[in-house]
Amino acid sequence: MTRQLFRMLLAASLLLGGFAHAQAIEPMPFKDHAQELRFQHLTHQLRCPMCQNETLADSNAPIARDLRNQIFRMMQQGRSDEEIKQYLVARYSEFVLYDPPLKPGTWLLWFGPLLILCGGTGVVLAAIRRRNRGDGAAEAPTDNGDDW
Amino acid sequence: MNRLLPFIGFMLLVGLFGFGIWWNTRHDPNAIPTPLLNKPAPAFNLPKLYEPAQTVSKADLLGKPYLLNVFASWCIECGVEHPVLTAEGPSLGVALVGYNYKDAPADAKNWLARHGNPYGLLIADEPGQTAIDFGVYGAPESFLIDAKGVIRYKHIGPLTPDVVAKELKPAIAAMLKEAP
Repeated sequence: MTRQLFRMLLAASLLLGGFAHAQAIEPMPFKDHAQELRFQHLTHQLRCPMCQNETLADSNAPIARDLRNQIFRMMQQGRSDEEIKQYLVARYSEFVLYDPPLKPGTWLLWFGPLLILCGGTGVVLAAIRRRNRGDGAAEAPTDNGDDW
Repeated sequence: MNRLLPFIGFMLLVGLFGFGIWWNTRHDPNAIPTPLLNKPAPAFNLPKLYEPAQTVSKADLLGKPYLLNVFASWCIECGVEHPVLTAEGPSLGVALVGYNYKDAPADAKNWLARHGNPYGLLIADEPGQTAIDFGVYGAPESFLIDAKGVIRYKHIGPLTPDVVAKELKPAIAAMLKEAP
């Protein structure tokens, strides 16, 4: 008796859980699998403006759902990925792009690491050169023959 | 000099991190700069909240500046902002237009009945479609729109007395000085 009740409860919770999951994903009537893949690819490249650490594809925020629907509609209208991105950038700024475009404002972002790498290399080279110039005698006592 | 080098490096890092903290106390790191600032507001045509048969368009509101305040009954921060709007609204010198965002009309009316209605005009965007054109991603948000329909100022998050005094009122003053 209890066992049967338990089974029924389990079945009900599984069913309800399944519904809740289906609601979160909201299946969209894609034309074909290729379009669905394109949609997935595009929404993974875009940032949800509200919860900024999530992509549009992953976010459950109402605005993310609205923007997904908007992207879906624009795809049905035959707009390209670039046009859809432009549409979102015009409204939500470049913040929505995970991949920042290369322009004067983002030069530091793109080339900063290279700059730091060059600076670090310079410092290391200078240190090595200084050491080779004869300060070696002063450094020698550090090596006292212990091999550990 | 060589001995001081690590200390100088350390102080540079302290300066950098200190600057980061100072910067973040003055700026909301989550606020997205609106690309619409100083550009014409997007066209819209939305029903009035209390008379859904009538719609209001951007063209209807041209000629006079107004503050478009995006709010919803489900939005907790809007409850924080509401008393400020009620208190400061009449002294702003611009009309207050309420933009009810993704809300059931009945819920919105209940909310306004409970908290008071500071708005001269109320429009409703239940599907939230027009809000995408405004770059709205949460409520509350406020747009100052001038007589020509250009967005002059935008604030994301609740309008606090501090924001009203330091940002909104100067923005209104600058706008009215230009075109009274």
